[in-house]
Amino acid sequence: MLEAILISIATAATPLFLAAIGELVSERAGVLNLGVEGMMAMGAVTGFGIGLATGSPLIGALAAVIVGAVFSLLFAFLTLTLASNQVATGLALTLLGLGVSGQIGEAYVGQPGVRMGPVFLGLDPIFWFSLVLLVVVAWFLFHTKPGLKVRAVGDSHVSAHALGVPVIAIRYAAVAFGGACAGLAGAYLSLVYTPQWVEAMTAGRGWIALALVVFASWRPVRVLVGAWLFGAITIGQLQIQAMSLSTIAGFAAPLDSIVGALKSVPSQFLSSLPYLATVVVLVLISRNRRLALVNTPACLGQPFVPDR
Amino acid sequence: MIALDKRPNPSALYATLSPFIALALTLIAGVILFLAIGKSPAAALYAYFIEPLTEGWSLHELAVKATPLILIGAGLCIAFLSGNWNIGAEGQLVMGAIAGALVPVLMPEFRNILTLPLMLCLGMLGGALWASVPGLLKAKFGTSEILTSLMLVYVAQLFLDWLVRGPWRDPAGYNFPQTVRFSPEATMPAIDYASGRAHWGFGIAIIVALALWYMLARTRRGFSLRVTGQSPRAARFGGFSPGRTTMFAFLLSGALAGLAGIIEVSGAIGQLRPTISPGYGFTAIIVAFLGRLNPAGAILAGLVLALSYLGGEAAQITLGVSDKIARVFQGMILFFVLGCDTLINYRIRLKGASVSGTAAVTPAATVGPEQKRDIDAAAGAVPEAGRHA
Repeated sequence: MLEAILISIATAATPLFLAAIGELVSERAGVLNLGVEGMMAMGAVTGFGIGLATGSPLIGALAAVIVGAVFSLLFAFLTLTLASNQVATGLALTLLGLGVSGQIGEAYVGQPGVRMGPVFLGLDPIFWFSLVLLVVVAWFLFHTKPGLKVRAVGDSHVSAHALGVPVIAIRYAAVAFGGACAGLAGAYLSLVYTPQWVEAMTAGRGWIALALVVFASWRPVRVLVGAWLFGAITIGQLQIQAMSLSTIAGFAAPLDSIVGALKSVPSQFLSSLPYLATVVVLVLISRNRRLALVNTPACLGQPFVPDR
Repeated sequence: MIALDKRPNPSALYATLSPFIALALTLIAGVILFLAIGKSPAAALYAYFIEPLTEGWSLHELAVKATPLILIGAGLCIAFLSGNWNIGAEGQLVMGAIAGALVPVLMPEFRNILTLPLMLCLGMLGGALWASVPGLLKAKFGTSEILTSLMLVYVAQLFLDWLVRGPWRDPAGYNFPQTVRFSPEATMPAIDYASGRAHWGFGIAIIVALALWYMLARTRRGFSLRVTGQSPRAARFGGFSPGRTTMFAFLLSGALAGLAGIIEVSGAIGQLRPTISPGYGFTAIIVAFLGRLNPAGAILAGLVLALSYLGGEAAQITLGVSDKIARVFQGMILFFVLGCDTLINYRIRLKGASVSGTAAVTPAATVGPEQKRDIDAAAGAVPEAGRHA
């Protein structure tokens, strides 16, 4: 019972974690990419389609990584080469990604997909990869020279540029990494979490991932903690929704009445919990301004145009 | 390689031309897109962009779809110009529709000349209240309004879903998830019943957009909004309170989204359903940018985006292309608009091999990041992004 719950929480947390860790790297380099939701949707439809065509969920996931990265380069070209506004361009990427994925996915609606099964301790390969990714990202950002450059570019692009650090090139790479992670996160949804394609199946997870980066105050390990927290909220509300009267009968009397009361809450209210929790978490974090400011990349969201 | 050279002054020529260049580029991309899926581009573009304009009834449909887009888009111009990223207009639209529907659903016997005005006022109130949450959280705690306003969209949609399936479901509606149909007194009157569905909400939208244009261009309030968006520091020196500007921008854009919601429900749909908008609140973001964040420009832009919805439906019927392609076009329009806006502040220059080695001696190195940011922000029409946290 407990094991099953932990596995389902891990499964709900992994797409959030993957998308958020990618966005964290991008934001550490000073680029705020609000296109996570769109990149995830592209990854989801690619993973589903390629997985179905090849019969291999692994190839589907790899394709989603590539498509996510390539798709994010659209955003990178506009914001980095053409110095467009990052907030607006990120929104454009989300709208475009949702539109294009809906169009491509038209053919996949209602089709059963391929599923990536568990390999170890009841969990799938992408979950285990995501843990490796956490270690690699944390080590890269805080213990290597290129990682230091990424953070320098995000904290002061003018100083980094003056020191000869290729600001724009590093930002391109960081955005592409974010896109690749978001693509994988999307593929996780359509290959592991619910192996099917539904339009806009990302259901705001890309936005929750963005909130997780703030929640984690740009620290990789805290992203994992936050993702598990949100995974637990998601699974908790789903459990309450799905709980049938027969299972309730097995509980002791006091617990029985609590669960009964929870069951009388309309399902829509339970479904809105992850979104409301995001708002609450953001407020709690931002109330502590000092904490928020210490870790926020100083150049986050600002365009950089090198002068000649 | 592409390099940007800053113009000494923003180009007035490109400020006018950029939306049109963007639309032209979207059409070119459309041709490529239709070739790629094996449809004749000429026939497709005709079905998409010309056919809807050739018949009387479809002109009516254009006005119906443009109404919420213009109302919300004009409000978002104000919000975006002042640096307040309200991207939750879709949720504010839903809450406006719910608040306005209080009258016909809970007091169906209240039927007189005041019914519709009361509904419109409640609609604005509902949208403004829903928008006040991210506004207040930003003004008070500095919480990212982008994420909070968006999260509340999902909450609003789930709330509507619960209402129409639960307490507000029409008892005589054969268990369909919908409310009672609104009475004639609670319905936005049509402009010309004989020829089509267009209702007076379209007139309201035009008047509102022009009024906002006047406020922005000619009043002190409009000036303070523009200054706050372009340079928050300058606004503070000028004595404008950023918190009050934020609240004003959210309440105004929320009220207009709510108004759009109740007008859509009372004019076009006639009852509440689980889904009352095909994403008007998000498409209105594109309207605001295509209209160059000018409320008067939002009128034209709203008509263009409304055409993209209609064209999607027409293309589905005549070409068998999915109407989802409308969303692809809408996303492309925004991308091209944002790309073309670069031309306003920069000259684009193609260069050969990059010579980044000389960068260290450029004047950029002598300008601190804080100063640089203000210079950048003051030169651009689009406000700088708010701090993420």
